[in-house]
Amino acid sequence: MKKPKTIRKHQQSLKDKLVEKFEAYLLNHAHGLFSSLGRLTRTPFTSAMTILVLAVAISLAGGFYIVVGNIQQLTGNLEASNQMSLFLKDNITDSAGQKLADQLKQHPSSEAVKFITKKQAMDEFKANSGFGEALTALDTNPLPSVIQVQPKNSLDSNDDIEKLMAEFKQLPQVDFVQVDMQWIERMQTIMLIASRAVFLVSLLLGFAVTFITGNTIRLELHHRRDEVYISKLVGATLAFIQRPFLYCGFWLGFIAGFSAWLIITIMLLIVESPVEKLSTLYNSAFELQFLGFFEFLALLLLASGLAVLGSWGVLHYQLRQLKPQ
Amino acid sequence: MLRFEHVYKRYPDAGEALTDINFDLSKGEMAFLTGRSGAGKSTLLKLIAMMEQCTRGTIMLDGQNISRISDRKIPYLRRNLGLIFQDYKLLNDRTVFDNVALPLIVSGINHQEVSRRVRASLDKVSLLGKEKKYPLHLSGGEQQRVGIARAIVNKPKLILADEPTGNLDPGLSAEVMHMFEEFKYNGTSVLIATHDIELINRLGHRVLTLDKGHLIAS
Repeated sequence: MKKPKTIRKHQQSLKDKLVEKFEAYLLNHAHGLFSSLGRLTRTPFTSAMTILVLAVAISLAGGFYIVVGNIQQLTGNLEASNQMSLFLKDNITDSAGQKLADQLKQHPSSEAVKFITKKQAMDEFKANSGFGEALTALDTNPLPSVIQVQPKNSLDSNDDIEKLMAEFKQLPQVDFVQVDMQWIERMQTIMLIASRAVFLVSLLLGFAVTFITGNTIRLELHHRRDEVYISKLVGATLAFIQRPFLYCGFWLGFIAGFSAWLIITIMLLIVESPVEKLSTLYNSAFELQFLGFFEFLALLLLASGLAVLGSWGVLHYQLRQLKPQ
Repeated sequence: MLRFEHVYKRYPDAGEALTDINFDLSKGEMAFLTGRSGAGKSTLLKLIAMMEQCTRGTIMLDGQNISRISDRKIPYLRRNLGLIFQDYKLLNDRTVFDNVALPLIVSGINHQEVSRRVRASLDKVSLLGKEKKYPLHLSGGEQQRVGIARAIVNKPKLILADEPTGNLDPGLSAEVMHMFEEFKYNGTSVLIATHDIELINRLGHRVLTLDKGHLIAS
């Protein structure tokens, strides 16, 4: 059945009206977005100061984060392995050592066994430690022979590992046993503390960003209170009035976030070549990590989010106080 | 259009500003509100503009009880009002066009419509061609006309004017008053607070007189 013409016409005009309202709403948002940016450029010095303070706070947090990330990359390569090093007594000959290694290969708990003679250990040490010249001056080789045992993966509880360790210690040829895991665990605990510390410092700096932006918006609101009064008197809603201020907060956070990224990247570039040099000196494949694309996005998002949050808090409280007289 | 029923307004520290106010203003009616300074003219206008709430009584505006109203509804009701002030209350960092357009932008009117209505409104106060000027580059009379254009651009049902001619010379005052008379013929109610007795007498409209918070003549 066809709808009567008048109803259809009415629906049409209602739809048009809604579309019109929506367009006006979008336009209003776009206007808020760009006019607030324009407003920031009209007081370049004040804006730059605020943005710089925010950027420093954000780059401190981001900088700590990337430093810890880099150190973690260094220790992360050392996967928590249960590898054991059996240091042999000084009087054990290479052939006796090799024999023991062959025996250990048959051990039900061992996955892989590698025998390193005194000479091999010395050669490796000479090549990697950077003390090559000095070591040639030694009459005797102070390094012991080592058998590296990689236990089966099924042995992952500490008790099992310790039992095996005790067993190996009983062997007459063995001087002492060391599990690599122990120092890796220590290192990882230190890193855990470091990343917690970074989290806490970032939390504080995040508060700083929120409050600094909030205070800037409070001053801006005070500066433009006539505009707020008049807008209220001609029927502006709270949402309408706070929109440009929220966008202003957004821009402060966004630009500060971007500047912080720049600061961090420049700092990393400055330390990159000495780090690389150090890394080659240690024969390491370590490569300095920069902020990745998603970390960059997260930085922008967090910075602008916190800034908007700070602005919103202040507006929520202050706009109710500003009543037209 | 506007009805006051037993309206009282008491300020905690200044005592009673309005006592038992009763009156009616019908659609398309123009009235003057007069009385000495401190008689309660501004308080009465503030109650209508929802800048204050009355202590007791009922104020009806276009069928809505505005004496007890939530803060959230106030903006929408204010769009039915056109407010005019003695000190114009223009935004000096915005052009004449932007000043007049503000009530429309606030109501979410689309761009073309805003442009059309602002020009129509400026035409009514004979300021067409000054859209791009800033308020401070205009004379006092012109600034007040910008204020009037802003008040009528949203086609309000009621215009409230607080001493609109207070800063204008007699010639300009008469001109502004004639503008108000024109709006009245379009069905808009007009309430003007003034103590310019001479002007009131010359125009011969209804006069509401306040004295120490009481309405003594209506």
